[in-house]
Amino acid sequence: MKTSVRNREGITIIDLQGKITIGEGDVMLRDAVHEAVAAGSSNIVLNMKKTSKMDSSGMGELIAAHEKVKASGGMLRLLNLPENILNVLGVTQLITVFDVFDDEDEAIASFK
Amino acid sequence: MTTPEPTIHVRIGSRFEDIELVDLVAAAALTHLGFEEEVADKVCLAIREAVANAVQHGNRLEPDKITQVVLAIGKEDLEIEIKDEGGGFDPESVPNPLAAENLLKPTGRGIFLMRRFVDAIDFEFDDSGATVVKLRKRIPEPPKPSNSESEVEI
Repeated sequence: MKTSVRNREGITIIDLQGKITIGEGDVMLRDAVHEAVAAGSSNIVLNMKKTSKMDSSGMGELIAAHEKVKASGGMLRLLNLPENILNVLGVTQLITVFDVFDDEDEAIASFK
Repeated sequence: MTTPEPTIHVRIGSRFEDIELVDLVAAAALTHLGFEEEVADKVCLAIREAVANAVQHGNRLEPDKITQVVLAIGKEDLEIEIKDEGGGFDPESVPNPLAAENLLKPTGRGIFLMRRFVDAIDFEFDDSGATVVKLRKRIPEPPKPSNSESEVEI
């Protein structure tokens, strides 16, 4: 998996590309969120438009990211969930935990 | 003499990166058998979860321990066996990940996803204590040949 970080209107957007699965993608997601929080980002958007696959370890890291950002006083948003990932988050009811957006402008505006 | 059912055998070491090899083989087999992409993705996820459990919890990432995966293509069903060299476990002891008190736990969803995305699942434990997870999924029927000739108006 690849991650890249950008900033828009004070919000950190982490673009995720590839698989968030055990042993690699899950660790990279964790590192990206931890680095962003350590750098002072409190509000974070995870853009998952180019995320191809996610397993239960990836889901665990999403929850950990949610809790990490919340503990730092911020909020986490999910953006552009592909259908297969939306499906597994629905089946596991994790979809109820996250704020999910299809539009980046709306995701950014939701922090205001 | 009967024709044996085709089977695919994959042996991997206890490394996370080896799970990708099983995923590739399973995805190719499911596509070959005519599974729709959405269904194939779900079955692949169930297999991936079983293999990850075998590698991580069964074999404890010990490099000399092997995880064996067999995909047996029957007339009606695809059966997948995943066997580790671990000490076994009680699948009933895994708490329900949908319960409110477990929803925010980072682990404990693998078996739930397996149960959800295949038609049948069974856990067996051999004399050495190794876990064998058996997954079964109905193979889709091939599309019936169109009978267009009789329907063509002349």
